[in-house]
Amino acid sequence: MKLITAIIKPFKLDVVKDALKAVNITGITVSEVRGFGRQGGHVETYRGAEYKVDFIPKVRLEMVVDDPAADAVVDVIVKSAGSGNIGDGKVWVTDVSRVVRIRTGEEGRDAI
Amino acid sequence: MEPAGLTWVLISSALVLFMTPGLAFFYGGMDRRRNVLNMLMMNFYCILAVPVLWMLAGYSLAQVPFENDWLGSLDAFALGDLKTAGDGGTLATIAFLGMFAAITPALISGAVAGRMKFAAWAVFVPLWLFIVYVPIFKWLYGGWLGQRGSLDFAGGTAIHVNAGIAALAAVFVLGRRKVDPAPPHSMPLVMIGTGILWFGWFGFNAGSALNANGQAAQAFMNTFLAGAAAGLAWVVTEWIRAGRPTNLGAASGIVAGLVAVTPAAGYVSGIAPIIIGLVAGVVCSLAVRLKSKLRYDDALDVVGVHFVGGLVGSLLIGFFANPKFFEAEFTAGLFYGGDSGLLVEQLIANVVAIVWSFVLTFVIMKVLDVVMGVRVEEQAEVTGLDLALHLETAYHD
Repeated sequence: MKLITAIIKPFKLDVVKDALKAVNITGITVSEVRGFGRQGGHVETYRGAEYKVDFIPKVRLEMVVDDPAADAVVDVIVKSAGSGNIGDGKVWVTDVSRVVRIRTGEEGRDAI
Repeated sequence: MEPAGLTWVLISSALVLFMTPGLAFFYGGMDRRRNVLNMLMMNFYCILAVPVLWMLAGYSLAQVPFENDWLGSLDAFALGDLKTAGDGGTLATIAFLGMFAAITPALISGAVAGRMKFAAWAVFVPLWLFIVYVPIFKWLYGGWLGQRGSLDFAGGTAIHVNAGIAALAAVFVLGRRKVDPAPPHSMPLVMIGTGILWFGWFGFNAGSALNANGQAAQAFMNTFLAGAAAGLAWVVTEWIRAGRPTNLGAASGIVAGLVAVTPAAGYVSGIAPIIIGLVAGVVCSLAVRLKSKLRYDDALDVVGVHFVGGLVGSLLIGFFANPKFFEAEFTAGLFYGGDSGLLVEQLIANVVAIVWSFVLTFVIMKVLDVVMGVRVEEQAEVTGLDLALHLETAYHD
């Protein structure tokens, strides 16, 4: 099993969610996060004084998928979250050693 | 007082009361998330404490008897000389003036934001009211400065120049904030506050005619035009200088224009309010930059907007005062057949107010610092004053 984590632009959340649902993803966890990457922050001006905003709001998506599905899911996220501009975000895949569904105690692929 | 005049003064009083919450939002939005409730509380405290103090002794010391040169008396302690309600004119005036007394110290709160002990503020406000505000108010309205011929229709010198320079004295004692200044935590709150201030300012300025007449209507018109012109001027100035028109520029410009037209509201007409607004908008937008050059931490620009704006408006009366239009007995400005006499009187009145306010505010703050300390612990500044001083949090998830 793989954990897929994606950091995307907040306004892309609905598009990515719909694209993931279309490939039968059964669950996503979403968090509002802040951070910087190559995009860096930006400068805002109030009454002529400049303030550097280092951390930009992003959305983090997490989902656990079966091994064979992982590459396709990554492709779906890359395609749907991309705008071609700097700051579109990242997706990465991590190995997961154990998954349990709390209600039933099912493990592994059955728990996804 | 005629019933129409009484009605207008009572409505105006309520409008001016509303300005203090408006100011609280205007300042609170500009402050950090973790300090916004402290900012609101500093402002609301003024409409808790000052009405009581004004009724007990403030009004008496500031206005009774009207002819006194330097200070009133305690003859009207707790309004004791008011044996009958009469036609309500006196009571309405006392209430109206009480609203002004409440918002004036509140103006200072924007400068000391983010690091002043609330307990020190709670003592500062009554001291400042009686030691600084009441004497200056007396001198301008009925006292020696007013008798010399200087003009201050609704409190440009008595309120804005006074509070603005007091803010500078206060931050000199208080020192700079330990944590870096942050951008406004809620611009929508700033814009709501600005709207409330402008709305209330019609009572502030047009109500100062203390009657429902042509002067009140012109003061209303001037309040309308100067706020708009100054907002426009500030936005255009920053658009040219920094490349973007901003909400905070619009809000600041509106307030600067309202401040500038306050002393002039019942003395100028025609194009004058627009010119006063344009000048105030440009000058104040440049004046707010002074604090970074001169290194004083006037957190929310009380000096740049209220002191500078009030001074600009008060001095421009020396050019634009137009007694013929109002069929009234005040001195004409340079552009309306007068000589430089009025401008000189305006200068004298402001210099006197500036010196008195700056020196005594500085002394009050120094004494408070020795007696109880005026600054919060550094840890409270970092934690946020809302939690550290009030055990409250503005925004829960």
